[in-house]
Amino acid sequence: MRSDEAQAEPGEAAAGAGQRAPRRLIARDQLGALIQTLAGSGYAVIGPTVRDGAIVYDEVRGVADLPAGWTDRQEAGRYRLERREDGALFGYAVGPHSWKRFLHPPAELLWRARRTEDGFAVEAAPPSPPRFAFLGVRACELHAIAIQDRVFLGGTYRDTGYAARREGAFVVAVNCGTAGGTCFCASMGTGPGVSAGFDLALTELVGDGGHAFLVEAGSEAGATVLAGLASQPATQAALAAAEAVVEGARAGMGRRMETAGLKELLQSNPEHPRWDDIAARCLACANCTMVCPTCFCTTVSDRTDLAGGEATREKRWDSCFTADFSFIHGGAVRASRRSRYRQWMTHKLAHWIDQFGTSGCVGCGRCITWCPVGIDITEEAAAIRAQATGPGKPEVTHGDA
Amino acid sequence: MSAAAIAEPMLPRPFRVVASRRETGDTVTLELVPLAGSVPDFAPDQFKPGQFNMVYAFGVGEVPVSLSGDPADGGRMVHTVRAVGAVSRAIAAAAPGSVLGVRGPFGSAWPMAEAEGRDLLLVAGGLGLAPLRPAIRQALARGERFGRIAILYGSRGPAEILYREELAAWGQRPGATVALTLDHADAAWEGHVGVVPDLIPGVSFDPRNSVAMLCGPEVMLRFTARALLGAGVPAERIYVSMERNMKCAVGLCGHCQFGGDFICRDGAVLRYDRVAARLAVREV
Repeated sequence: MRSDEAQAEPGEAAAGAGQRAPRRLIARDQLGALIQTLAGSGYAVIGPTVRDGAIVYDEVRGVADLPAGWTDRQEAGRYRLERREDGALFGYAVGPHSWKRFLHPPAELLWRARRTEDGFAVEAAPPSPPRFAFLGVRACELHAIAIQDRVFLGGTYRDTGYAARREGAFVVAVNCGTAGGTCFCASMGTGPGVSAGFDLALTELVGDGGHAFLVEAGSEAGATVLAGLASQPATQAALAAAEAVVEGARAGMGRRMETAGLKELLQSNPEHPRWDDIAARCLACANCTMVCPTCFCTTVSDRTDLAGGEATREKRWDSCFTADFSFIHGGAVRASRRSRYRQWMTHKLAHWIDQFGTSGCVGCGRCITWCPVGIDITEEAAAIRAQATGPGKPEVTHGDA
Repeated sequence: MSAAAIAEPMLPRPFRVVASRRETGDTVTLELVPLAGSVPDFAPDQFKPGQFNMVYAFGVGEVPVSLSGDPADGGRMVHTVRAVGAVSRAIAAAAPGSVLGVRGPFGSAWPMAEAEGRDLLLVAGGLGLAPLRPAIRQALARGERFGRIAILYGSRGPAEILYREELAAWGQRPGATVALTLDHADAAWEGHVGVVPDLIPGVSFDPRNSVAMLCGPEVMLRFTARALLGAGVPAERIYVSMERNMKCAVGLCGHCQFGGDFICRDGAVLRYDRVAARLAVREV
């Protein structure tokens, strides 16, 4: 079920669902033309590619860079690439990377300062955002980007670097045809079909001897690019096949999250015994926060040159699972792993709604897959619900937290 | 609540230290003025009691420090800093003439307007007196607008008492009371020994028509708030100033989260009824 909170949509590039542009069909080779067109327009085209046994996002120059015929098999604490029977280019779910790596990079220079006769002078890092074209953005990832838009652009203070990278980005989305074993976007209301937030949206149609893409433009920029490709009007058969692709993914979700009352459930159960149970397994390694497409926390790292004449400040991804994260004089506020996991999960699924009007979870399953001990956020939420007190417990008999 | 948005909130602006006064063995109060021409939009009277700055020691690092001066003093940013880590040691050691970086002011403020017409309880533990000092000074300067003003302050020992001379002067003001307590006294101490909430029964105020402002360690906040509630002060007239790790100070880095609140943006001053349930849970 899609909860109201989960409906974060970016303001731009959204075609109203009622008046979607007519969809077109392009042949597989036109995907290469699409990449060329975007690169020729000055975009750094980032797409899926196989490296180190995983599908990661990196610069792509042509169709040959895409993971043709690969799929991923995911379970809690397990990720393996396997061959597919067909030559699908987007026949996998999601890998360890998300687009936040580009919009909200792992390290970013904020400023430089140098000593002067009069003290010191600070200069902002020159903004030089590359213009990214993202190829193969999943529905859950579009929602993740929309959520980070709220985090970085929605308050009094905007992240100006993020704003520049985001405004320049061209988004080619892909409807999911394969759900991963840890996917649960259907229950978070964030997928598997894309509905808004893209310039172009593709549905891969592969099989029966053909390999083509149904394409929908979601913005004027997208329509212009589409007009430059060799395309045909979509046939009824192609539209039906595209619908079946998404329905197949919906039916194949490996996980499910019950979202009804989840915020109240977590906020009223900070002393639930399950937190101790999780703490006995959690390594506080921070993997879940690194792979999460919405986790946004950063720290700063100040450096000086050896002579002490120049200093820089860099912003870097940080994680609420580290001891340093909550350190104030006297020690870490969240010294135990129990408190750190509770903070992460309660923030993600509950406080986020208070802060940004949306859940922080899009159901991509990365935190489950990439947890080295296989902690499963859907399983933990269900376990908390099963023995909960207060709001959100399964039978509504009144209990006192 | 907070001041107008700052144009470049992530860039430290150079301020010169013009005075440094030693308060205790490890704590100093610094007065800062903007380096000539470097901070064109600087307006010190725009900060509000309860707000904080991010203070940067060149090449060492940056920490949040509450403003402890009176906005009405004009022209100076005043910070009381205890040397507890590498950065705060460097800041506390900054001699007159040296330059520190300042970002801010940030955060919410003590509810001075709401407190007008009521008795005012200003309750501090340890260094928590520093963020309350602007409120105390403003309230005393506009004494006619408030009822009784009670300043309750707990310090570890006699050597750790902050603003010693000012405390004595504040207690002389008509309508004002200052009550001190120590965790550990020495032979010369003739005052109260014990925890801060113990001071509450000793001051006269109308619990139904009071505003309380609390700053200190969380355990002190919890017990003081409980004692005030017990005395009949409504939860929505109790305010606490909270502390968390901070890096950006503008609600983007995530470090200072306390439940659904970002302490840098929604706090540091928060109404007690909003945070009471969270304060009762460890390690939030």
